[in-house]
Amino acid sequence: MANIVVLVKRVPDTNARIVVSEDRVDLSAIKWVISPYDEFAIETALRHKEAFGGTVTALTLGSPESDKILKDAKAIGVDEIVRVWDDSWQEMDSNSVQSALASAITNLGADFVYCGKTAADTGAGSTGPGVAERLGWASVSNVVDVSFDGGVMVESPVENGQAKIQISGSAVVSCDKGGIKVRKPNVKGIMMAKRAQVTLMDAEVPSPTVSVVSQSMPEAKPAGKKFEGGSSAQEVAKLLRDEANVI
Amino acid sequence: MTESIIIAELNKGKIASVTAELVSAAIKLGTTPTLVVPCTDTSIADSAGYEGVSKTIAVKGACFANYDASSWAAAIDAASPAGILVVAATPQSKDLVARIAARRGISVVQDVVSIEGMNLTSPIYSGKALQTVSLSGDSAISVRANVFPAASAGAANVSVVDQTADVMTAVQEVIARASTRLDVSEANIIISGGRGLGSPDNFTHLEKIADVLGAAVGASRAAVDTWDEIPHSMQVGQTGKTVNPNLYIAVGISGAIQHLAGMRSSKYIVAINKDADAPIFSHADYGIVATWEETLPVLESALASMM
Ligand SMILES: Cc1cc2nc3c(=O)[nH]c(=O)nc-3n(C[C@H](O)[C@H](O)[C@H](O)COP(=O)(O)OP(=O)(O)OC[C@H]3O[C@@H](n4cnc5c(N)ncnc54)[C@H](O)[C@@H]3O)c2cc1C
Ligand SMILES: Nc1ncnc2c1ncn2[C@@H]1O[C@H](COP(=O)(O)O)[C@@H](O)[C@H]1O
Repeated sequence: MANIVVLVKRVPDTNARIVVSEDRVDLSAIKWVISPYDEFAIETALRHKEAFGGTVTALTLGSPESDKILKDAKAIGVDEIVRVWDDSWQEMDSNSVQSALASAITNLGADFVYCGKTAADTGAGSTGPGVAERLGWASVSNVVDVSFDGGVMVESPVENGQAKIQISGSAVVSCDKGGIKVRKPNVKGIMMAKRAQVTLMDAEVPSPTVSVVSQSMPEAKPAGKKFEGGSSAQEVAKLLRDEANVI
Repeated sequence: MTESIIIAELNKGKIASVTAELVSAAIKLGTTPTLVVPCTDTSIADSAGYEGVSKTIAVKGACFANYDASSWAAAIDAASPAGILVVAATPQSKDLVARIAARRGISVVQDVVSIEGMNLTSPIYSGKALQTVSLSGDSAISVRANVFPAASAGAANVSVVDQTADVMTAVQEVIARASTRLDVSEANIIISGGRGLGSPDNFTHLEKIADVLGAAVGASRAAVDTWDEIPHSMQVGQTGKTVNPNLYIAVGISGAIQHLAGMRSSKYIVAINKDADAPIFSHADYGIVATWEETLPVLESALASMM
C-alpha cells in the first residue's frame, strides 16, 4: 500500500495577462488555477494508487485562497487534501518552501511524492529535487512516462535520448507533460469536493535569505524590420550576417 | 571576497562551452570561483582552464557514470568548499543544484539572466515578467546560456578528489533519440515550424536550412499535436522547452503567448508568416510577410552562399 503525496500549487492562469504596478506584479484581477504540470502529477499519482493500492493526498503550501485548488484536486479524485501554512510566512524563498513541504510530507507518513516539473509562476523546478534531498529520498525530474509493472519505472530525457529509470524505495518524481491524458473531474467528484474538509498543518521554517527587490516587465523589443515577399529572404540573410552577427 | 563554486556543465563527456560563461557570471557576482568537474575520467578537467579561475577540483567517482541526482549531489557537496554555487540553467544542472542547495540548507535562484552586485534577475510567469532578488548569505544559482560573455581560456590548476556516493536510481536502458540532430535546448540557432507548414513532410525544408546553419529544428505545439511524426521533444514553449539561442527562425508559427514563453528571450528572432498581422511579428527583429513556400528556397540558397 502506498501513501502518496502530490504537490499542487495555486498559480495565475497561464493565459492571464501579467501587469506590473509599483515594482510588483499585480495579481488582483487574475484567474487562479492548479499549476499545469501539477495536473500530470495528480494523474500519475492516481495511477500509482490504482496499481498498488493506497491513498493519494494533495498537499499545498499557501494561504486560505489555495483551498480552492485543493478542492479541484479532490474533484479529480485524490483522497485527502492538506494545506500547510502559517500567517507569519511572507516572502518565502526556496529553502523555506521546501522545508515546510518536507516537514508536512514527513508528518503525513508519505512514502512517494509526485510534483510538477516547474511551477507556472516561478518556472524554477527546484522543489521536487530539493524536497527529495531533505527527505533523503531518490528523485527523478522531468518525467514524461511512468509504468507500474512490478516497481515504479519512469522515463525522462537524457543527453542522447530517453532513459528508462527503475525506482526502488521512496522517491520524488517531478512530472513533465508526456503522453498521458489527465482525467477531468466528474459530477460525483465535484459533489464530494464541495463537502471535503481541508486538513491544516503548520511547520517550522528557516527565515529567507533571498528577498524580492522588484518585479518588472521585460523590456519591449524595439520594432523590428518587416519585409514583403519571399525574395526578401536574401536581404534578411545578409542582415543576419552583417547587422546581427549571428551566422 | 566571497567564494563561489562553479559546477562545470558537461556535454557528451566533455566540458561544455557554457562553462566559460559561468566563470564570467561568478566574477560578475564579485566572487572568487573554484571550478568543480564531476567525472569518471579526470583528464577532461585538463581542458577546464579559464582566466579568473585559480583552482579546479576534478571530483572522480563511479556515481558520475550516469546522472543520478542524489549521488551526484552528495559527492559534489562533500568535495566542494562552501560558497555560492553557480551552474548552467540546463534541466540536469538545475535539478542537481537544487539538491545540493537543499543539502546545505541554502536557497536557489534559477535561470538568472542578469547580475548586478548581489542582485539577480530571472524570468517569472513564463517570461511575462522579470523578478530581481537580492541574496544574503550563501545561495545557489543557475545561469541561462548566451547571457554572459565567455571567459578566456587559461591554465587549469587541477586537483583530484575521489568521492562517490550510493546511486539511488538505476538506468535500465536509454532509448536513443531517433534523429541525430541537435536538440533545441543545446542549439545556438533554431529553426522552428508551426501548423503553417501544412504537413510534417515539409519539415524537410527546415532541416535543409538547419544543416546549412548547424541549427536545431523545433516546432510549435500545434505542429506536435497535429502530426505524430513531430515529437514532443521538439516542442518550444510553455509546455515544451525554453530556449535562448542567438537566432530563432519561426516559420508558419502564429506567435501565441505560450509559444513566446519558450523563445522570446532569443537574441534575434526571424519570423516567416503569410499573415502580416500574426502576433509573432511584434517580437521579430526581421519579419518576412510571405509564404514559406516562396521564402525558404531563397533563404536556403542565400545562407548556403555565405557559409
Ligand atoms: C496550457 C497551454 C500550453 C501551451 N503550450 C504551448 C507550447 O509549449 N508551445 C506552443 O507552441 N504552443 C503552446 N500552446 C498552444 C498555443 O496556444 C498555440 O495554439 C500554438 O502555439 C499555435 O501553433 P502554430 O502557431 O503552429 O499554429 P497556428 O496558430 O495555427 O498558426 C499557424 C500560422 O502559420 C501561418 N501560415 C499558414 N500557412 C502559411 C504558409 N504557407 N506560409 C507561411 N505562414 C503560413 C498562419 O498565418 C498562422 O499564423 C499552449 C496552449 C495552452 C492552452
Ligand atoms: N507552495 C507550493 N505548494 C505545493 N506545491 C508546490 C509549491 N511550490 C512548488 N510546489 C511543487 O513543486 C513543483 C515545482 O515548483 P518550482 O520548484 O517552484 O518550479 C510545482 O509544480 C508543485 O508541484
